[in-house]
Amino acid sequence: MMTQLKESDQKNGTTQQMTMIQAINDGMRLMLEEDNRTIILGEDIGKNGGVFRATEGLQEKFGAERVVDTPLSEAGIIGASIGLAINGFKPVAEIQFLGFIYPAYEQIMTHVSRIRMRSMSNFTVPMVIRAPYGAGIRAPEIHSDSTEILFTHMPGIKVVCPSNPYDAKGLLIAAMEDPDPVLVLETMKHYRSKREEVPVEKYTVEIGKGKIVREGADVTLIAWGAMISIAEKAAELAEKKGMSCEIIDLRTLYPIDRDIIAQSVQKTTRAVIIHEAHNTGGLGNDIVSIINDTAFLYLRAPIERVTGFDVHVPFFTLEEHYLPTPARVLEGIEKVVHF
Amino acid sequence: MEQNYPIKRIIDDKGQLIDASFEKLIDEKLVKELYYNMIRIRTFDRKAINLQRQGRLGTYAPFEGQEAAQVGSALALNADDWVFPTYRDHGATLTFGKNMARTFLYWNGRVEGCVPPKDRHIFPPAVPIATQLPHAAGAAWAEKLRGTKNASIAYFGDGATSEGDFHEGLNFASVFKVPVVFFNQNNGYAISVPIEKQMNSATIAQKAVAYGMPGVRIDGNDCFAVYFETKKAFDYARNGDGPTLIEAVTWRTGAHTTADDPSKYRPAKQGENIVDPVTRMELFMKNYGYWDDQWIQEVKEKTTSEIELAVEEMENFPPPNVEDIFDHIFAEMPTQLAEQKEAYLAHLERQ
Repeated sequence: MMTQLKESDQKNGTTQQMTMIQAINDGMRLMLEEDNRTIILGEDIGKNGGVFRATEGLQEKFGAERVVDTPLSEAGIIGASIGLAINGFKPVAEIQFLGFIYPAYEQIMTHVSRIRMRSMSNFTVPMVIRAPYGAGIRAPEIHSDSTEILFTHMPGIKVVCPSNPYDAKGLLIAAMEDPDPVLVLETMKHYRSKREEVPVEKYTVEIGKGKIVREGADVTLIAWGAMISIAEKAAELAEKKGMSCEIIDLRTLYPIDRDIIAQSVQKTTRAVIIHEAHNTGGLGNDIVSIINDTAFLYLRAPIERVTGFDVHVPFFTLEEHYLPTPARVLEGIEKVVHF
Repeated sequence: MEQNYPIKRIIDDKGQLIDASFEKLIDEKLVKELYYNMIRIRTFDRKAINLQRQGRLGTYAPFEGQEAAQVGSALALNADDWVFPTYRDHGATLTFGKNMARTFLYWNGRVEGCVPPKDRHIFPPAVPIATQLPHAAGAAWAEKLRGTKNASIAYFGDGATSEGDFHEGLNFASVFKVPVVFFNQNNGYAISVPIEKQMNSATIAQKAVAYGMPGVRIDGNDCFAVYFETKKAFDYARNGDGPTLIEAVTWRTGAHTTADDPSKYRPAKQGENIVDPVTRMELFMKNYGYWDDQWIQEVKEKTTSEIELAVEEMENFPPPNVEDIFDHIFAEMPTQLAEQKEAYLAHLERQ
């Protein structure tokens, strides 16, 4: 087990420029090297290295018994991973797109998340499910879902959603070391959108901790995944209009870091929540509840939510209309600031 | 297709050996073990139904009629094998080594009933249908990767063959050639739906062809056929040859559960001609000189007293602990859950 380093310390070590997809690949490579119980499985992840190249080179290096091309069988992948996990292995299952996870939903809801409870911790499933998610990359239909709420609502599974290469590697390794199942949602939009310095060695980003990615005074923007870029652009626009935004990258969607939300909103007294998932029943509603519980008397304006609509993610020629934009977020910011 | 999958039998309805070559494979120890366990689980099953009627147990799923299938298969296992049962396979898990009081507790709404003994790999019963088949494939895969000779058995019913997870489990197991025995108990009905409305195939065993694995159809009420064919499938699995699909043709004598009334959907005389598996074994024992009145009496007394003790243990079990509902969700409790627990316990304190 590694000791938890401070993020600043890690930055002083040897680093390398990596995209998010490379950082994810690097995290899996390190864990395959370190722990021979690690087994990676999924569709097209072996010889082909994954449709996004997340597992590129891993089968070549670690062999077809540890980096396994499976049949096209989501329930089979998750169901077999349960069997591997209760019997001593640490599977990392890739579901090719979140929009294709639904055949495995029963396995996740009924077994992955519930086995610890049903067996009073006698059987546990320390497994990771990785799934690319989200719209905005002109993918074919059904490849762009953002249905994190289906999993955050489930007791017994953690859900993380990194927005950048550093967090992607650190959260993935943390997920792989976690004694409980973790769903890692990877925003496809950020897979290759930027490179940053990422430590070459192993490190973890603690599950359950958000991060302030921009400090500000007037309003707190709460987002995750691809919506961090949108929040950042909106904050720039707001800045020009004299409004100072603080941005929280939630990073973990369950269990949510309530303290970081409470502290920030108590300071800024206003909040705008941004997510690309549908509005009704979206995670934004839970965040409204958290603010209600922890910062209600500090609020100077009702909380705004800028989200995807209660419609299916449209075919890609119209998907930009579905997704929150910096302009829509700016309107939200103005609404709370000028309330 | 039925001709390609004849029902394999070792003894007939009158308890006569059909295949004389088994005479030397069947000894007193095996006969007694099979019979003792069938009587034991039948007595358990009937007791459970009575307890439910007296309001001392929750809704219960009986397995009467399937004793040979469950005992014969469970006795074919090694202690280190993995068992993935459904909610109607506690006859098999009791035979394999599950604690009896815990089995009663399961049917009395106690999660403690899912906890197996430390030295037995018995997964909590699958309540959704067929979801345990991929689990069995995964656990067997782990054994294969470790290079052991252990294998797993997945129990499932005829209705399960219509589920996607049946296909995904068998396909996975055969693609990776892992040591699993898929043990189907075709008891004729999935709650109210008869097999002919469940599938358009003549047999379940024939479905094995699609996965390139052996498919065997056996008389599930012939405990010798069940025992020897399951053993054979395990030998095949342990030898590295991969999975087998066994269809044990049997009959659910009673209801789906104590909340079910089969007279609504099953013709009154259906199943009448099926010779009960325990009766068949008794006929065999009488035919071949294994019957011993004194021993039979001992079996009845021993199993009855074991069951009475288990009922007592269930009824005297420490009361359920409300903290358990919070304590087994994660290894480390998230803050929000800890707060929910604390607030609720405080609420209870105030009552």
